Amino acid sequence: MYNPLALVGRATLSFFASAGRLALFAGNGVQHVVRPPFYLALVGRQMISIGYFSLPVVGLTALFTGMVLALQIYIGSSRFNAESAVATIVVIGITRELGPVLSGLMVAGRVSAAMAAELGTMRVTEQIDALTTLSTNPFKYLVAPRLIAATITMPILVLIADIIGVMGGYLVGTAKLGFNYGSYLKSTVDFLEPMDVISGLVKAAVFGFLLALMGCYHGYHSKGGAQGVGAATTNAVVSASVLILAANYLITEMFFTS
Amino acid sequence: MTTPKLKLQGVAKHFGHKRVLDGIDLEVGKGESLVVIGGSGTGKSVMLKCVLGLIRPDRGVIEVDGENVVGLRGFAKDAYLSKFGMLFQGGALFDSLKVWQNVAFGLIQGRGMKRTHAKEIAIDKLGRVGLNADVGELFPAELSGGMQKRVALARAIASEPEIIFFDEPTTGLDPIMADVINDLIVECVRDLGASTLTITHDMASARKIADKVAMIYKGHIIWHGSKDEVDHSGNAFVDQFIHGRADGPITMDVLKP
Repeated sequence: MYNPLALVGRATLSFFASAGRLALFAGNGVQHVVRPPFYLALVGRQMISIGYFSLPVVGLTALFTGMVLALQIYIGSSRFNAESAVATIVVIGITRELGPVLSGLMVAGRVSAAMAAELGTMRVTEQIDALTTLSTNPFKYLVAPRLIAATITMPILVLIADIIGVMGGYLVGTAKLGFNYGSYLKSTVDFLEPMDVISGLVKAAVFGFLLALMGCYHGYHSKGGAQGVGAATTNAVVSASVLILAANYLITEMFFTS
Repeated sequence: MTTPKLKLQGVAKHFGHKRVLDGIDLEVGKGESLVVIGGSGTGKSVMLKCVLGLIRPDRGVIEVDGENVVGLRGFAKDAYLSKFGMLFQGGALFDSLKVWQNVAFGLIQGRGMKRTHAKEIAIDKLGRVGLNADVGELFPAELSGGMQKRVALARAIASEPEIIFFDEPTTGLDPIMADVINDLIVECVRDLGASTLTITHDMASARKIADKVAMIYKGHIIWHGSKDEVDHSGNAFVDQFIHGRADGPITMDVLKP
């Protein structure tokens, strides 16, 4: 017979079991990140895959976000004669929030999916088991290099995104909205504080870790054939995106509410 | 009495409500080739994965050279795994690495050998399975199924293991290529002097590779004996299986039209 309490109980147990598995996976991954041997060549390869190949998508996202931001702030602020704040709000908005969050989401879509698909395929074709039989720990060889590479690369990507985003706002501000070139740049620099940039970079590092963790976790535990790998890929992107947004709130609160 | 190279005693494993292994007892002597036959889903692959530490059994003892290896971790696990070579059913070659890198993987990553030396050994092992050095520079996706099996065999023997597992070595191959692989397995194992445990449902392969044969059914070893005894086992399950008959004590869960 249909029992709503049993249904809630099963869902709760399943949630905590999944959270526990993820925590153990993350702990195991971190343990191999800090313990030698380190596969530096693999870390380098992953950094190129995550960073260099994500540059176009992250750059374009940042450029258009900066442009839209300048336009919207100008339209909004003109209602109470505060148009001069456009440059300052663009740079703070980009460095604190939009740069790291949008870059994180775009990279999650590209990289978490790729990691889940690659590790998922390796799982279902027994390549991960083969690693173990060849005296190679799959966590050290597959998971740790991805976690390290994503955590290091995301702040670099976000720093580039910050610059491109501010440049997008600058282009719209000066070419379309009639701001003076020099005064726009001066307003951008004058009101920007180091913590604005630093908080964004810390967020980026955390997002990088999370998106790699989700890609590896779902790929590593992939089951079945093509359908299982497909499900792992979808779950990786969805869970990475949700975790990025949740972590964004927590880090923002940590940095700016005290 | 000599210590068997590999011994399983009362090994059991279940997944959810499904009891896959229900007290497996097996022994493989030094230099001996044991072939375990059985239908699909009878627990053959799970048994191998338990021995390799990929799956932890619920109970039972697995001894390698007289030492229980269940639950070993870290360096102790690496040390015992270094005694094993494994030929996976689908080859399990690493797509992102060249053929020679696949063969040399265990030597470079597992044993810390220099790449140049490991490459020489990999090319030598490729030659051992009838592939020339040029193949070493290709990627696995560029090879036929038979060539992939040969590369997987070269990888399994590259570190000259003491025990080699073959998981369905001839599955998916045409009969001639299957026989070529069987011959290569027999030659390579004889040269190395290794003990082998093969799981298969290909009786031609079993007859060629085996010194001894055991049959697994519903998680139990229901019969074991020498290769010559398999045709006169007096066991209805074995008879049905080796002759491939639909009628007999082994029932398949297949819906009939």
